Amino acid sequence: MLDRRLIQNFDWVLLLLLLLLAGISILNLYSATYAIRDVGGSRIVMKQFYWFMIGFSVLLVMITFNYYYLERLAYPAYFFTVALLIVVLLVGKVMSGSQRWLSLGPLVFQPSELAKISMVLVLAKFFNDRDSAEEYRLRDLWQPFILILVPCGLILKEPDLGTALFLGMVSFSMILIVKVNRKSLLIFLGCCLLAAPVIWFGMKDYQQRRILTFLSPDTEPLGAGYHINQSKIAIGSGQFWGKGYLQGTQTRLHFLPEQHTDFAFSVLAEEWGLVGVTALLLLYLFLILWGLNIAKGSKDRFGAILAVGIVAIVFWQVVINVGMVTGLLPVVGIPLLLFSYGGSSLISTMAAMGLLMNISMRRFMFQ
Amino acid sequence: MKASNFDPLSQDIFAKQLKIAVIFVLAVFGILVLRLWFLQIVGGPTYRARSENNRIRLQSMAPFRGVIRDSSGKILVDNRPSYDLYVIPEDIHDAEDLLGRLALLGNLDMGPIREKISRSDNGYPFKPVCLEKDISREKLAMLETRRFDLPGVMIEVSPQRHYFFGDLAAHVLGYLGEISEKQLKSGEFPHNKSGDLIGKTGIERSWQHALNGGRGGEQVEVDAAGRRIKVISRKPPVSGADVSLTINRELQMLAEKALDGKHGAVVAMDPRNGQILALASSPSYDPNLFITGFDAATWKNMVSSTDYPLHNRALTGQYPPGSVFKIVVALAGLQEGVITPHETLYCNGQYSLGRGKYRCWKRWGHGSVNLHKALVESCDIYFYHLGLRLGVDRIAHYAHQLGLGRKTGLNLGHEKGGLIPTAEWKLKRWGVPWQGGETVSTSIGQSFVLVTPLQVATFVSAVFNGGHVYRPQVTRWVRKPGGESIFEFTPQLIGDVKIKPEYLELVKYALSGAVNHPRGTGSKARLADIKVAGKTGTAQVVNLKKEKDAKAKGEVPWKYRDHAWFVAVAPVDAPRITVAVLVEHGGHGGSAAAPIAKTLIEAYLRLPVD
Repeated sequence: MLDRRLIQNFDWVLLLLLLLLAGISILNLYSATYAIRDVGGSRIVMKQFYWFMIGFSVLLVMITFNYYYLERLAYPAYFFTVALLIVVLLVGKVMSGSQRWLSLGPLVFQPSELAKISMVLVLAKFFNDRDSAEEYRLRDLWQPFILILVPCGLILKEPDLGTALFLGMVSFSMILIVKVNRKSLLIFLGCCLLAAPVIWFGMKDYQQRRILTFLSPDTEPLGAGYHINQSKIAIGSGQFWGKGYLQGTQTRLHFLPEQHTDFAFSVLAEEWGLVGVTALLLLYLFLILWGLNIAKGSKDRFGAILAVGIVAIVFWQVVINVGMVTGLLPVVGIPLLLFSYGGSSLISTMAAMGLLMNISMRRFMFQ
Repeated sequence: MKASNFDPLSQDIFAKQLKIAVIFVLAVFGILVLRLWFLQIVGGPTYRARSENNRIRLQSMAPFRGVIRDSSGKILVDNRPSYDLYVIPEDIHDAEDLLGRLALLGNLDMGPIREKISRSDNGYPFKPVCLEKDISREKLAMLETRRFDLPGVMIEVSPQRHYFFGDLAAHVLGYLGEISEKQLKSGEFPHNKSGDLIGKTGIERSWQHALNGGRGGEQVEVDAAGRRIKVISRKPPVSGADVSLTINRELQMLAEKALDGKHGAVVAMDPRNGQILALASSPSYDPNLFITGFDAATWKNMVSSTDYPLHNRALTGQYPPGSVFKIVVALAGLQEGVITPHETLYCNGQYSLGRGKYRCWKRWGHGSVNLHKALVESCDIYFYHLGLRLGVDRIAHYAHQLGLGRKTGLNLGHEKGGLIPTAEWKLKRWGVPWQGGETVSTSIGQSFVLVTPLQVATFVSAVFNGGHVYRPQVTRWVRKPGGESIFEFTPQLIGDVKIKPEYLELVKYALSGAVNHPRGTGSKARLADIKVAGKTGTAQVVNLKKEKDAKAKGEVPWKYRDHAWFVAVAPVDAPRITVAVLVEHGGHGGSAAAPIAKTLIEAYLRLPVD
């Protein structure tokens, strides 16, 4: 299956970007866990290293087959995911108030991670099947709306507002890319605005509090606002050059919450300053633009839309996470992909990256 | 596999959409970088300061308060370790269990403790919470032996003011109290913070700034839980200066013992320079109680009973001087030339002026009396004549010269100035002209005349040292721990008496007779080998008629009895000590006060000279 042309077309740029991100991630993770290295900190770094190894293996597996076969698997994968999301609501593990994890022997994973890929796949398939040179109207879009709402609703029920919104953003981005009639779009956005109060009152107390806290973080300096304030202090105190590697006081003295997961970006900002975070953001930007370039070069519509979906995953995770830790967005618990600690998210991200590379490698091939 | 290559038309639309997407992505990343620039560059310095503020805590360290010593260097006030019971909330595994164990150790009040522990839950779980200050030795021993059963419990040692001899010299030393909000704001206490104890009275107050010392501090790095990580810098506190008093501890003890059970005051002074050797006021109090706290009954007694233990009677008690004032009148008469030492007046026990009748204390009279005899036997009639010849204003003039009627300026605060009446004063104060009869009672130290025991000691010292009125002082030196001097005693003149030396000698000789002559009123102060001079005084509290009525009913009630005065100087030829004694409602000065003066003089002059 892997012929010579595939090797020739191997996307070294993408691989280099991923390796760079992985390297910075491990380096930053070492610093984030430095203060607790005697009580499990070093184990966290090693675990993340192994996760990256597994991730790169998954990536390699993902390029072995022609992504076009996935078109046939799109719906089965989607329904399988929805089934898992229902199962997790029934028998999932409850951690810190929400039911997001499924245990598979010693492994624990989040079906919502799988949902990202399935969603992208199923939407790519849908828009490929209904290729139209014309703009999509609302009546053309009722099927994808249902496809989106089911998993989003299930994830919201866990409850995991952040992931549900994130999944919605990714799907919405994919719909926008295939060109929707402007009037239909305005009607849709109007409906969303009307739905906002309904969503607000449907939210759990802690979710409402988070949003209120986001709107005015100083009302609760020791409560929910504490995290975001400490994160802003960590980032701001990094100034231009940063405090130096392993020298971040906010990190080392535990003022910064969740420093190896959701707030890993703040650790980098504190220790490497504006220089460091701009470099990291440039890497992500380059990854996104490179992904869009892959989409543009794709020889078929399915691959192109699939690539856009994967890029949307990267884009929205970066925006939501960085927006959240800098106080631009509410704290919704979205980790920074390829950067925050966490196996489940890393594996699904690497699988998505594998698909992107798969599309990239096969852009010159004709069946 | 079906060929699904792009339809060229839809590929065109797609390419256009991608271009919009690229612009969108660039714009959003631009916002993110802008946000970071805003946080890290614009707000950078502020956030840097806040992160430093987060990690660095200033922990202030209280200085040791200076030690107070007596004239021979014996420690009167020191700091002793206080063992304070703390818990670290984070280290408590089971709060209820721990509280139960602590309760077994004795009378800890559990209600507030439980509240203290639960209140500290939010915020800094590693910050120790003080449960009880200055626990007893027994509790300390029990806590120490059961340390392993009490996780999270900690004993911290802090310095606590300790008055070694309890109430000894309490009125001189003073007491401490928490600094007030007003004092903090005044800026006069730069080394104190809220909750500090500062001197409220006495030496503790007048030398507060020297005794206090300088607050030190530590910059420590703490983590988010408030746990100390390391000390960044440390400025050690500067101990307060030591104060040495002119008070002699042994003499002070004797004075207080002599006053025990009575209400009154004793002032012993070195007539050569104004140094206070002992200053006692009774009843007294234990300044330690201001540190450890009072029970309600003790406190109520201290502030509201008519005993007024907090009052320093030696400085604030104003009493009619009685016959002690005759010394002033005698000196005034001699210097003004209204009488000669040899002129005799006749005392038949009573004297009439207008419709008023004035008696001598000796009902059947002293017969022929000259100045010497009048002072020795304290003849009232002689002084009525003398007083009338002088007039109240001339008496007042000499009283002022001797330092009466105004504050002496002893550096202990809260002093009263007493009162020496003049005709002008009476008119101003009461709107009524001065009456001749008032001059009569003024000349034996009654009517409006008021003096403090401190003033009596001061003016009699001046009579015996050649007319120099020295400011009474109680501080010998104040020195910093390194030895650097802040204050050294030097005598301070506050007045010079313009009286011929031979008149002073005459009065001294007469006062010696008052003690040593067989008919002297102060014979109870007589010593075999030391020549003591002195003067009794009996100050009426109520007018004679009331006293008589009371007497007719039998025993005079305590509160109507006369105040007893005695002032003594010894040795007469080279005076080294003046003692003024006042016993409230003590009766006759000769019997109630003189023995106290005698005891002090005898003890002091037998002490080795330092």
